[in-house]
Amino acid sequence: MVASTTIRRGFESRTPGMSTSPASPALKKASRTLQDELALLERVCAGEKHLFYELIQPYERSVYIAAHSVLQNEADAEEVAQEAFLKAFSHLTSFRREAKFSTWLIQIAVNEARMKRRKDRKGLYESIDEQNTDDEGDYFPRDFADWREIPSESLQRNELRRALQKALASLDEKYREVFVMRDIQNLSITETAQTLGLTEASVKTRLLRARLQMRDALAPGFDGAWKIGDGNWKKVRPW
Amino acid sequence: MATIEISCLHVWREISNYLDGEIDPELRRRMEEHFKGCEHCSAILDGTKNVVRLVGDGRVFDLPAGFSDRLKTRLQKELDD
Repeated sequence: MVASTTIRRGFESRTPGMSTSPASPALKKASRTLQDELALLERVCAGEKHLFYELIQPYERSVYIAAHSVLQNEADAEEVAQEAFLKAFSHLTSFRREAKFSTWLIQIAVNEARMKRRKDRKGLYESIDEQNTDDEGDYFPRDFADWREIPSESLQRNELRRALQKALASLDEKYREVFVMRDIQNLSITETAQTLGLTEASVKTRLLRARLQMRDALAPGFDGAWKIGDGNWKKVRPW
Repeated sequence: MATIEISCLHVWREISNYLDGEIDPELRRRMEEHFKGCEHCSAILDGTKNVVRLVGDGRVFDLPAGFSDRLKTRLQKELDD
């Protein structure tokens, strides 16, 4: 029952930005070396503005997802992503070359999205403490059923993608942001903390809750199958 | 050497760190012993792994249709000004 092997890109040694999916945009990133990226960046800084899109193209999705994790609205996230890229362009010369370009872009997107959220909520109650404090106490899982593992190929089905998106939207924003940075953007704990302005301890606390809540929100399994003993499964959802 | 037992609550608190390899070897060993004998905790572990593996796949969250074209147009317009 317990999978002894480490899954996906290996939790112990995961490579940020890498994925096993052949359709993953991450593969585009892999095809460009760090040296290529820095060379491209230097050319843009030197005045070849037309190369800017080529420079940021591998990170379109990451920047959009970062904005969406904060705003939870497609149109707003797209607008903020565009603004973030423009801001990145105007501050390109201040980018520290030892940092990761992708993380720098994501951080700009998060900041832009948070500014928009604050602006949109102006006049509405928003406690800074709510964002910056972790919930005290433990989260108790609600569901103890064993799921049949769902292979990645199932992501071709819209129902499954929608179920995952709905579960993500159900998370409180402070948990959702951490979950998105760590588990969707594949940032490290340290990068997630830097990007969101949190301590690493806080990232771990929020990540735990986010992951357990995501699992509960998706129970009883993505394909709606419960294990009913002796290797038998009972379907309880239509897909 | 006998493994010191660990409670389900303790396992839940550390399950995310366990997945990330952010715990010391001794705690990892105790948790693995626990998973062998606790169906509930191993079900939580498997389900959580499944969630993390799927969302990290890259196909769950697509860009809106036309996103890249609109971005290129905007950049062209703003950077040329």
